[in-house]
Amino acid sequence: MAELFTATEFNQHLAEHKLMGARCAACGEIHVPPRPICPECPEAEMTWEELSGEGKLAAFTVVHIAPTMMLDAGYGRKNPYCTGVVELAEGQRISAQILGVDVSDPASIAIGAPLKVAFVERGEGDEQKTYLAFEPA
Amino acid sequence: MRDVAIIGIGQTPVDEHWTTSLRHLALDAGLKALKDANLERVEAVYVGNMLSGTTTGQEHLGGLVVDFLGMAGTEAMKIEAACASGAAAVRVGMMAVASGMSDLVLAMGVEKMTDTVGQQTTAALAMAADAEYEVSQGVTFVTLNGLLMQRYMYEYGWERKDFANFVINAHANGKHNPNAMFQKEISQAAYERSPMISSPVGLFDASPICDGAAAVVLAPMEYAHTLSPAPVRIKASAVATSPLAVHSRKDPLALEAARISAQRAYEQAEIEPDDLDFFELHDAFTIMAALSLEATGFAERGQAVRMALDGEITLDGRIPVSTMGGLKSRGHPVGATGVYQIVESVLQLRGLAGETQLPNARLGMAQNIGGSGATIITHILEAMG
Repeated sequence: MAELFTATEFNQHLAEHKLMGARCAACGEIHVPPRPICPECPEAEMTWEELSGEGKLAAFTVVHIAPTMMLDAGYGRKNPYCTGVVELAEGQRISAQILGVDVSDPASIAIGAPLKVAFVERGEGDEQKTYLAFEPA
Repeated sequence: MRDVAIIGIGQTPVDEHWTTSLRHLALDAGLKALKDANLERVEAVYVGNMLSGTTTGQEHLGGLVVDFLGMAGTEAMKIEAACASGAAAVRVGMMAVASGMSDLVLAMGVEKMTDTVGQQTTAALAMAADAEYEVSQGVTFVTLNGLLMQRYMYEYGWERKDFANFVINAHANGKHNPNAMFQKEISQAAYERSPMISSPVGLFDASPICDGAAAVVLAPMEYAHTLSPAPVRIKASAVATSPLAVHSRKDPLALEAARISAQRAYEQAEIEPDDLDFFELHDAFTIMAALSLEATGFAERGQAVRMALDGEITLDGRIPVSTMGGLKSRGHPVGATGVYQIVESVLQLRGLAGETQLPNARLGMAQNIGGSGATIITHILEAMG
């Protein structure tokens, strides 16, 4: 089977505190989240490559009505969290939780602010998993 | 390929139907549409639905619905494209008639969202997003619209209060629609005070969680007049897609699938946007209404909010939108919404839209958006009378 650049592998890299993408051998673009086929060069080989982990905030939202996963992590109406889209230094964008910002005052959170990658551990034992996050650089 | 007409419509009032099950909602709308078309049977039934497995524990809706319509044996299938499932069912039905594979088809949409608690419904709706790369980061369906609205306000300098007219207009129209969930007006002040769900999206930026079903009967245009006194021609039908994940779109504020599907529809119908008498757009959120108006060519980028502020979207404006309440006031039973849009468009084109009837409405467009813009389906309908 051809290499599929799965989310399972992506998450394994996160567990090692590495943000990894799929690099297209033809155009050089690093796709993150990873994908097995480059839309521009569908014939090309892809290889895993680590990203710098630097980027800037492209969009954000402070979430008051949280999904189950974030309720379980202690967030909710009384403890909102920020999630955003980060534009990486390499040019691609990715969704992640944004740490270290003042969620009580969304106006204080600036689109364009420089960020660096962070890794959040949640769950115990077999349920333990590493989640992607970013924080102010 | 044959031209296709709508010869019957039916809808269940949008509400919290705690005592009516999924199949009975579908049955109610389906029977009304068949009655409107003066038919007892069709050759195929396509049921648009997004969430039934999660919210009611029921899949396999084609066989279920067609059996209870008394038509076991007939071809039937569920069609799914997130919140665009309704228009997708109409599109599949249209393809069946256009190709000549069927003559008479019932296309419907049904959704039951209020049997589950809020947290479960939120999780179910989030299935329209990318589960592995968005939802796993704490993203819900509302947060995607929060991201887009925040970015839009940043790029174009609008404030949240500037979006109010999308909501005020929808409710002013929905007030007169007996099938709307909220038949009452909303003021600028009420909009501005609404509590935050996912900043800057407040409660009144969002369409409600609700139950509903709507249906249309399709037939070949060539003999539609012999079956219906007022057939409506499907002048265009087009689907386009974008990446599910907002972060994977090259230009997230461009709503590319809306632009492509509208462009294909305009080409099929051989019209320009200005030829349309009304536009039933997908105002699931105020930001979606704005992005849809821009992607379909009614406003320059960043200027749909200006259109709303200038009164260009009201019944007497340049392009009336949400003429019977839209998703905000009529309600957004997700997999049924696209069919409600088409049913309401047919009412306008038949001259039966009641208090919000547009004078001389001949040509209307309905656009149904799946997810935060990944699957977008545009239909253009024309009065034949």
